[in-house]
Amino acid sequence: MTAEPLIRITGLRKAFGAHRVLDGLALEVRGGEAVALLGANGAGKTTLLRILATLTRPTRGTVTVLGHDCARAPERVRPHIGLVAHGSYVYEDLTALENLKFWTTLSGLSPAPVDLAGALAAVELERLGNERVRTFSAGMKRRLSLARLLLARPRVLLLDEPFGGLDQRAKKWLEGHLESFKADGGALVMATHSFGRELAVADRIVILAGGAIALDAPRGARGADEIARLYRLHTGEGA
Amino acid sequence: MWKDLLVERRSKETLNALVFFSLLLLFVFQFALGPDRERLTAALPGLLWLGFVLAGLLGLGRTFVLERENDCWDALLLAPGDKSAIYVGKLAGNVVLMLVVETLILALFAIFFNVDVADALPGLALVMVLATLGLAAVGTLFAAMTAQVRARELLFPVLLLPVQVPVLLGAVKATEAVLLGEPLSAVAHWLKLLVAADVIYVVAGLLTFDFLLES
Repeated sequence: MTAEPLIRITGLRKAFGAHRVLDGLALEVRGGEAVALLGANGAGKTTLLRILATLTRPTRGTVTVLGHDCARAPERVRPHIGLVAHGSYVYEDLTALENLKFWTTLSGLSPAPVDLAGALAAVELERLGNERVRTFSAGMKRRLSLARLLLARPRVLLLDEPFGGLDQRAKKWLEGHLESFKADGGALVMATHSFGRELAVADRIVILAGGAIALDAPRGARGADEIARLYRLHTGEGA
Repeated sequence: MWKDLLVERRSKETLNALVFFSLLLLFVFQFALGPDRERLTAALPGLLWLGFVLAGLLGLGRTFVLERENDCWDALLLAPGDKSAIYVGKLAGNVVLMLVVETLILALFAIFFNVDVADALPGLALVMVLATLGLAAVGTLFAAMTAQVRARELLFPVLLLPVQVPVLLGAVKATEAVLLGEPLSAVAHWLKLLVAADVIYVVAGLLTFDFLLES
């Protein structure tokens, strides 16, 4: 784990009208560290990820990624982040290979055909490279969006329910990929409702409630039951 | 542009709709004008551009429909680099699509109204390219502006049409002269207006597209 945080959030507030979704939030994530964001619906997990991804502007406070301000210099932040959210970011009438080629070209990358094929092979879509995405299931589309991240090689990964819709083999692959991403010094923030497999990757658990951080603690040896108990305690919700 | 044209070639959603819409327009014009050649000659340039603009409005309004699927709009925003490249790509795709539809409408006009446009074709082609670039430049920009707005179908033409007045004026006047067999030098002032509008609209698009996407 590196000493300098890759993500630094101080005094973050995000309000939609009079409703404050996040208020006074502070968080640091270092390289090689994975933080799992837990919280009830509407707790602000996705909003926080979108602010980190430069897609939403904070109302107040500072959010930096690799020292660049997400609100003031989003174009400096974007080359370093990879986002997997609810949408799969794929065009239905392009093939899997064409999608990868389009997004990498737009990002200023020029991967060799072997790299594109390699990324598809990593997510077990190599035989479907020339198939239109319209014929893919939701899980396959998610795998394709993960293949895009492999080619972009970001330093910071922002994942919203990353294991959702994936089969067991894909989950195992993603787990392994996230571990090696951490080992290479990347910082990872993932929002989840699950207390199971996804949390095995996490080094810290952050529970959001009432727009603020109710708990920020190392995952340590805590099992799913213990985490569920903490979740209930801090959110007042049955897990 | 490659991506948009490839998707359109495969889905043919916009092209099919525009072809049927153009046919419908021609039927309406045919019934409205009747067989009177004099009335037809006087109204033809205006009708031609009315057809181009209405078909263009439908096509331009769909510029960012693809990006609404699977949250691709967010992914476009997140792509590092100069966003004006996205504008140029979308603009080029729109110009190509509009010119294809306009060529088809022109051919149908010639057949339906029994008008010989062969001699006027070079001049007509120049006017069509210049005016289409102007229409598409603002249309692409306003399509981006309204893409995330709930009432975009209503807002888009309301915003677009007033700004298009100089282009439409120049296009109709130049087309009228070209169809009457006048040389292009006789309509140089209208062509200059079209070129000036193109330059202003394209430069405005390049300068403001990034800001529009971010906001």
